[in-house]
Amino acid sequence: MTDVLAVTEHRRGELRDVSFEVITAGRQLADQTGGDLHLAVVGGDTESFADTLNREGVDAIHTVSEGEEFNHDVYAQAVEALHAEVDPQVLLMPNSVNGLDYAPAVANRLDLPLATDAVDFEYDDGLSVTREMYGSKVETTVDVGGDRQAVTIRGAEWPAAEGVGDAEISEFDADVDTDTGSTVTGFEEVGGGDVDISEADFIVSIGRGIEEEDNLPLIEDLVEATDATLASSRPIVDNGWLPKNRQVGQSGKVVTPTVYLAIGISGAVQHVAGMKGSDTIVAVNTDPNAPIFDIADYGIVGDLFDVVPELIEEFE
Amino acid sequence: MKVLVTVKEVAEVADDFEIAGTEVDERYLEYDLNEWDDYAVEEAVQLKEDGPAEEVVTVTIGPERSEETIRMALAKGADRAVRVWDDALEDVDMLDVETKTNLLEAVVEEEDPDLVLTGVQSGDDALGATGVSLADELGFQWGAVVNALDYDADENVAHVHRELEGGVEELTDIDLPAVLTIQTGINEPRYASLRGIRQAQSKEIAPKTLDDIGLDADAVESDLTMTSMYEPESESDAEIFEGDAGETAGRLAEVLREKGVAE
Ligand SMILES: Cc1cc2nc3c(=O)[nH]c(=O)nc-3n(C[C@H](O)[C@H](O)[C@H](O)COP(=O)(O)OP(=O)(O)OC[C@H]3O[C@@H](n4cnc5c(N)ncnc54)[C@H](O)[C@@H]3O)c2cc1C
Repeated sequence: MTDVLAVTEHRRGELRDVSFEVITAGRQLADQTGGDLHLAVVGGDTESFADTLNREGVDAIHTVSEGEEFNHDVYAQAVEALHAEVDPQVLLMPNSVNGLDYAPAVANRLDLPLATDAVDFEYDDGLSVTREMYGSKVETTVDVGGDRQAVTIRGAEWPAAEGVGDAEISEFDADVDTDTGSTVTGFEEVGGGDVDISEADFIVSIGRGIEEEDNLPLIEDLVEATDATLASSRPIVDNGWLPKNRQVGQSGKVVTPTVYLAIGISGAVQHVAGMKGSDTIVAVNTDPNAPIFDIADYGIVGDLFDVVPELIEEFE
Repeated sequence: MKVLVTVKEVAEVADDFEIAGTEVDERYLEYDLNEWDDYAVEEAVQLKEDGPAEEVVTVTIGPERSEETIRMALAKGADRAVRVWDDALEDVDMLDVETKTNLLEAVVEEEDPDLVLTGVQSGDDALGATGVSLADELGFQWGAVVNALDYDADENVAHVHRELEGGVEELTDIDLPAVLTIQTGINEPRYASLRGIRQAQSKEIAPKTLDDIGLDADAVESDLTMTSMYEPESESDAEIFEGDAGETAGRLAEVLREKGVAE
């Protein structure tokens, strides 16, 4: 009971980045528990996935050939069965959208205490995880009790594992009941349309700091004066003030402009996921402690309704 | 059908705040309806207005103070509310997923809804796990991070879109009874009308103790213990422009010109 079992993830034939991050996180934890790192690969082209996942630090890879795409019933059953086989101290899963769709069910079935969205952890006689609360305003450490634990890890917090490993790869018969009450019928791409913000060189991005739709023309004036491309955080799109193709973030577009000007955006992790690769990040925010300043190169601590008109004047 | 919506009152932290022990000092907290739950309430109320739902009931785990927030959900069109609280919960500093599952399960069993809607996550502790855990415990079907819902009454199936990462949505058919965790943007939550607010005053909020829902104190023993809370060390090496709006905008304009993105 010192091993770590980590579950990987793929979509439409490709392993997702978090699959390699969960290896790094799993290795870190297995070194602390003093056990082996086991990986689970469920569904899709398990053979080729297992080969690709065989990186440094992985001791064993268990493949479960069941279905092409993610299905939460299949994942929950497969992980439950593997848990019984491996009997790990800690079960690691990604805190991805699909992770959110099976990890809580697995934890419930196995009666494991669950800590989600971990940004770090330490095992020393017991498990302690680091998490954020209140939209990243505070960080907490949480002791997770129980004999065994389940943790989901935040994406992009651990580097992707590299190197070539010599893990033992084996097929595992999880005896999955596929007669379940949910069926994936397809996928749909969203957010096409007039502009492709991922191509833009200069993005002016607006967040909830704008307060009302009536204030949007102010930003549009800035966009026009600077010949920029307009984008936004999620709430602006949720409110219907801008179309979905303007949303930057985890569930929107990933952008990599020369300059990303974030106005009235707090810098929630799901937003940052879409813009942290920008060359230069500038933030305008009234809150000096807003997480956006952690990744910004330049900042203005101030009210956008004062700063933006001045900025427009500079370019008119 | 009957729809049960989980409604949480969450704390929001002011820009400047202080931490006392493992909590943000109460003076810097403001309470509000959880953003994601607002969309879940709206979705349920629309199901009622469009026909399929006969009744919308909300359930909250929270102290008496949370009734203000519950009234907001009632003002937006929910029919009545259940509020679970108990002295045994006062001392738990962080409710774990299992505890919330236990409490909500007991209420679901009493209410016997066809559909349970929850928010994807709560804005304060952001565990994002209660809905799916509850579904599994109940033996219901489920779907997490749902941003479109089309209920087919003939087949008793929810056709949903699950919002994955990177602008991709998964289309899934889910048999009822089910729990769906609702993502923001699925609808446009209404503001409570004055009439709604007035009507909400006479709607029922039924307080329940552990005893009332057939549980004992064991059901609320949390496996999560918060041992510290702190402001994250700023990793910022951002150059902050000093001065009034004119000066800071001037410096920013220089940067934009330097980088060659604006003239
Ligand atoms: C599964 C999932 C997926 C998600 N996907 C995305 C995504 O793709 N993209 C995304 O953006 N979000 C996404 N989110 C939502 C995300 O968690 C945040 O809620 C969102 O990014 C917050 O947007 P915001 O920064 O505009 O608003 P807030 O967090 O409300 O921040 C507003 C900011 O404006 C500042 N402000 C207020 N007034 C002024 C003023 N007058 N002048 C200057 N500054 C001011 C405030 O100090 C604050 O920092 C997702 C969430 C979940 C759970």
